[in-house]
Amino acid sequence: MIVATIAFYVFAAIAVAAAFMVIAARNPVHSVLFLILVFFNASGLFVLMGAEFLAMILVIVYVGAVAVLFLFVVMMLDIDFAELREGFLQYMPFGALIGVILLLELMLVLGVWAVAPQAASVAAAPAPALTDVTNTEAIGRILYTEYVYFFQAAGMILLVAMIGAIVLTLRHKQGVKRQVIADQVARTRAGAVELKDVKTGQGI
Amino acid sequence: MIVVGLGHYLTVAALLFTLGIFGIFLNRKNIIIILMSIELMLLAVNINLVAFSTVLGDLVGQIFAMIVLTVAAAEAAIGLAILVVYFRNRGSIAVEDVNLMKG
Repeated sequence: MIVATIAFYVFAAIAVAAAFMVIAARNPVHSVLFLILVFFNASGLFVLMGAEFLAMILVIVYVGAVAVLFLFVVMMLDIDFAELREGFLQYMPFGALIGVILLLELMLVLGVWAVAPQAASVAAAPAPALTDVTNTEAIGRILYTEYVYFFQAAGMILLVAMIGAIVLTLRHKQGVKRQVIADQVARTRAGAVELKDVKTGQGI
Repeated sequence: MIVVGLGHYLTVAALLFTLGIFGIFLNRKNIIIILMSIELMLLAVNINLVAFSTVLGDLVGQIFAMIVLTVAAAEAAIGLAILVVYFRNRGSIAVEDVNLMKG
């Protein structure tokens, strides 16, 4: 129990500190690396909560795909980041005001919040005990049966995002020779071969 | 010894969400950091969903968190693609003159 408590505080403290560094770091590459740290610690929190599958998905999807995508873009684009930081302090008071107000509101909600006594009985998909099936198996059992349409909608969203990203960033350079299969297939003997009647002893 | 309960996780999520909002206001010009702040906010939402899911013993929260994860990944991909196209066309990513197309 005490190990779990200590682990929670360590994960939570590192996650919040790294999240602050994400928005405060001078170099965007450092921001991305701190974002990766936040994701790792959040997945630690997920493991503590008993959601192992989501924790691993978080590491694979966020750290493996999204953060690397950010890293690619930050390093690929030649951007003057010092110029972008102008006005950083100018926005600080307003942003801090909004942030503090929002945090106070959230904390007020947390202070007076309570679970309705009948909440556990109306659960749409009661989680089986971890001794019976693992978290991954329990999720798989309902994800592919009751929530299969959501699952397919998620796949469709990813497909549309992939096509959209490709269509947006693909560009055809002029003057590059490309293979056109249709043209190759459409060639006929008449268009490609010319027969010459060469007389004996003479050139063409 | 305080037992770590739902309130602790909700507090962490609230802090992360606030930092995300704060980041959007703080880095008004740098759209890459703004996108990262949005990722932070979505992560906070995910922590909330999973915390409620485990405390109430309802797996739907984790299913929902997975859908949120999908949308977050798609949003990051599209956002960064738009960013790359914008950078190619204008040579900078200063989002302050994004409203040039406004009539």
